[in-house]
Amino acid sequence: MNARTELGTPATTESGYNFAYLDERTKRMIRRAILKAVAIPGYQVPFGSREMPLPYGWGTGGIQITASIIGADDVLKVIDQGADDTVNAVNIRRFFQRTTGVATTDRTTEATLIQTRHRIPETPLQAHQIMIYQVPIPEPLAKLEPREAETKMMHGLSEYGLMHVKLYEDIARYGHIVTTYDYPVMVDDRYLMSPSPIPKFDNPKMNMNPALQLFGAGREKRIYAVPPYTKVESLGFEDHPFEVQRWSHHCALCGAGESFLDEVITDDAGGRMFLCSDTDYCGQRRTEQKLP
Amino acid sequence: MSDHELPILKVDKLSKRYGNRLAVDDVSFDLWPGEVLAVVGESGSGKTTLLNCVSARLEPDHGQVSFRTRHEGTVNVYRLSQAARRLLSRTDWGYVHQNPVDGLRMDVSAGANVGERLMALGERHYGRIRQEAVQWLTRVEMQEDRIDESPITFSGGMRQRLQIARNLVTQPRLVFMDEPTSGLDVSVQAKLLDLLRNLTQQLHLAAIVVTHDLAVARLLAHRMLVMKDGRIVEQGLTDQLLDDPQHPYTQLLVSSVLQP
Repeated sequence: MNARTELGTPATTESGYNFAYLDERTKRMIRRAILKAVAIPGYQVPFGSREMPLPYGWGTGGIQITASIIGADDVLKVIDQGADDTVNAVNIRRFFQRTTGVATTDRTTEATLIQTRHRIPETPLQAHQIMIYQVPIPEPLAKLEPREAETKMMHGLSEYGLMHVKLYEDIARYGHIVTTYDYPVMVDDRYLMSPSPIPKFDNPKMNMNPALQLFGAGREKRIYAVPPYTKVESLGFEDHPFEVQRWSHHCALCGAGESFLDEVITDDAGGRMFLCSDTDYCGQRRTEQKLP
Repeated sequence: MSDHELPILKVDKLSKRYGNRLAVDDVSFDLWPGEVLAVVGESGSGKTTLLNCVSARLEPDHGQVSFRTRHEGTVNVYRLSQAARRLLSRTDWGYVHQNPVDGLRMDVSAGANVGERLMALGERHYGRIRQEAVQWLTRVEMQEDRIDESPITFSGGMRQRLQIARNLVTQPRLVFMDEPTSGLDVSVQAKLLDLLRNLTQQLHLAAIVVTHDLAVARLLAHRMLVMKDGRIVEQGLTDQLLDDPQHPYTQLLVSSVLQP
């Protein structure tokens, strides 16, 4: 796949809709929630989540954040599981093309706004970029403590022993921490945060990242944020520290040894290949090496 | 002053209303380190409300509860910040529920249950947490190899033992128990009482045990309070009180126990 950048064409935007679909007062309400989230890194700010023309679970939280901060001269990239051409990414990109007419791109380096589901690009982010994560369950303690009043209290008083109970349970059952995605992090040594269902491979990228990172959960009506250059630490035990996934393979297309790989089954005889999950990164590497 | 000269817990003129009903009426008592106090009375006499008020789980309408902490002297429990109160109740205090399901996390293993308080206090070494868990399971006479099993697979008596281990892991100085042995069959009750008596002695634990079972009070407690309609009608040393009850209500309670 060749990387492509499509210029904005305001002429083709849908008529009868406000710029970026949401009305201006809603956008302002969401921006206020974002400002609060940035001021308290990792804290989940409630907001009045709106019905969107996509169902819950398709990234309505991320879409609302993008809609409220996108401007006419922004360049938007949308990722779904690392790829720019899968259903969720295509839908959301087209939604914003039609409602804003902004330029879109596959290139991480050219984007100003990157909305993502399940991955952080392999290419390092820069200070002028904003990452927007789609979050299904913003509360990292939700599966451990069903009472929301209690989890709020635990955040308020910084009582996070329970999260380690979960990790303890992993080690007791399987001999190592088996949580591989949505791996809990501490933000700025204060708030426990769900990094959204990104693989734990991507967790270290959040730490001291120059880009602003925003998280939106539409169904759960929460927004939270990691400001630029903020400490983000993955939890672990002294004798079972946090570790990222490693592969014994390289990418079959570009030969990358440092990226997050997808395993693809190629036939019924057990044939398989490993590919970069980040299609833009893989494509750039192939262009540089003059590979097909 | 030494440890024994000051009460560890002082309850002063405690009252709690539910609407127009007075559940606990002007109750005062002291508890000394290492002392086991039984609160007896019929159902609805305010025993559990009293226990909840004293253990900072239910704010009373009037009165004070003062606890002598390890390092910061005597504190008024309800004047503490919420954070400090919660810290106190999971370090220096323990609370054993009547139904172990209320006090345990049923979806994680026995070891994680015992280790939770340690992790809440910042212990971040898996090996050490596990070592402590094994040690406490042994102390409550549970088999070490059941450490990775879920409490769902445990019998009632084992669940209660696990709940006790989970509370004692931070070496509290005061434990609240709400009918710890009811709901267990008689032979299990006897073993659990024996265990509790040994543990309170060995660890020099102060305890408040709410029970309707006078036999439990006789076996465990040094001192007893008899409650009726939210008031203390009689208090004294357990043996004295059971052998020579003064108040008519206590006499009724004692005489209503079936004699074999």
